[in-house]
Amino acid sequence: MNRQAQAAVLFLVGAALLHAGLTDLYLRYVKAGLRPLLLAAGAVLIVAASATAWYEWRGGRRGRRTEDHGHREPCIAWLLVLPLLALILVAPPALGSYSAVRTGTALQQPYGYTELPTGDPVPLTLVDYAGRAAYGHGRSLGGRSVRVTGFVALDRTGTPYLVRMALNCCAADAQPVKIGLTGKIPPVLQPDAWLEVTGAYTAKRTRDPVNGAPIPFLEVTSAKPVPAPRDPYDETWNN
Amino acid sequence: MAITEEAPPGEAARDDVPAAPAEKQTRRLDSPLALTLLLLVVLMLQGPIRGALSTPVMQSWMTVFVAVVVQALPFLVLGVLLSAVIAVFVPPSFFARALPSRPALAVPVAGMAGAVLPGCECASVPVAGALVRRGVTPAAALAFLLSAPAINPIVLTATAVAFPRAPEMVLARFAASLLVACGMGWLWQRLGRTDWLRPPAHHAHEGQSKGEAFWGAVRHDVMHAGGFLVLGAVAAATLKAVAPASWLRTAADNPVFSVLALAVLAVLLSICSEADAFVAASLTQFSLTARLAFLVVGPMIDLKLFAMQAGTFGRGFALRFAPATFALAVVGAVLTGAVLL
Repeated sequence: MNRQAQAAVLFLVGAALLHAGLTDLYLRYVKAGLRPLLLAAGAVLIVAASATAWYEWRGGRRGRRTEDHGHREPCIAWLLVLPLLALILVAPPALGSYSAVRTGTALQQPYGYTELPTGDPVPLTLVDYAGRAAYGHGRSLGGRSVRVTGFVALDRTGTPYLVRMALNCCAADAQPVKIGLTGKIPPVLQPDAWLEVTGAYTAKRTRDPVNGAPIPFLEVTSAKPVPAPRDPYDETWNN
Repeated sequence: MAITEEAPPGEAARDDVPAAPAEKQTRRLDSPLALTLLLLVVLMLQGPIRGALSTPVMQSWMTVFVAVVVQALPFLVLGVLLSAVIAVFVPPSFFARALPSRPALAVPVAGMAGAVLPGCECASVPVAGALVRRGVTPAAALAFLLSAPAINPIVLTATAVAFPRAPEMVLARFAASLLVACGMGWLWQRLGRTDWLRPPAHHAHEGQSKGEAFWGAVRHDVMHAGGFLVLGAVAAATLKAVAPASWLRTAADNPVFSVLALAVLAVLLSICSEADAFVAASLTQFSLTARLAFLVVGPMIDLKLFAMQAGTFGRGFALRFAPATFALAVVGAVLTGAVLL
């Protein structure tokens, strides 16, 4: 790959990073806190591309072309085109039910239970409900009905789960937190569809077949489809 | 300071292979043309390509692949900028003054210096490469390479957050990582041979201003290390999408096998060292020592790092260095775990 092509690839990769960082696209792949670094890296790559092009043009005017073009990058540099195409043309979706079913639930015992927010039903994150239900036996819920949001995943036996992927840095380390659905489940459940579920604590629980960790259940009273949230991952563990 | 005077002999040898003028002319035309054609073809075939990639396996593969690359690129750029600063603006005499002249002493000093590079493993590879080119003894540069991703404040804080009930994990991670990094440095000093190590030759900076040399180094390192990063991301995403997670459950029961299983998992998953503590914390069925092995091995050697080390220091180096690092990291983690956990 010669320097003109390198400048083009550097520019495109930088522009793709800026594009991902300036829209919500980056939230499908990395944590929200990485945004300033993404934008800075994109800017640096574009400056590097401009500098390469400028020195190349100036070198060409000084007649240094032939000497400089002996310097080439190995073929491995062409691989940089792959993530570029993947990010710009395909923009794969955030991890969904396929990964969730294949990975064990990553529910951790909460350090403590904060006061429930006001409202009826109580709006809770899925991870918060799962922690209270699995490790606090629902006592901190005080019998109130709760509302949680997540996407649907069906395991091999057809048991429906509501899942939120929890993420620490990037999608490569994302792990699912699952709750089982019981009670008035909607008749048709499409995997990966986002649902807002209202329900109450139930003592029913099961063990994740993948890693044996507990999965609490939610007694559903109503469920409605909702659009995917802006940040599809739960990032509460980052704080 | 004239930069060309510091260039070690043979540095320019690889890149300045004279090519026949006619060949040069065709080659000069082909790569921008090939890039344009490639982009055009992919743009025209967008629909079929998207269709082929719409199965769940391919989608989750692509998401993980893009995520690894997007997450690592900012740290790679940071490391590349640092290494270009070292290569162009810091004179070799600085390192001669800063590091003890005896390599045996320079190794632990360089290992401790790793604590100040705030980043993950993607940043440390180009920086270590620049250190070697600037005349730092390879043993010390390698100790820095191994310790920097594991013992910097960001990573240690993340470890403390991930293990709130086991604060000794932070100390154990720090001690084991530093121990293994210094051990590898001393091992290299005793057994290492210079001809295994072949840092990629940078273009001789003849007649270049400092700005041109700086941006030339940035361009070279991003293209080069970036290509290997993509290769490593492909491998990591493939394993994540294909390998079943359930085999881990059977491994957890045997104490010896569980340490090895998590060490191998750390190599295969290639998770950023800033995030690996959270993954380790979720592997609750494993002992703390096994999880320590995961945290010590991961930042030192994984698929992504192996590809980047092979690109920066040569394949012959990586093939010897990686297994030795893996073995020493497992032993170091087990010993530290026996004492501290």
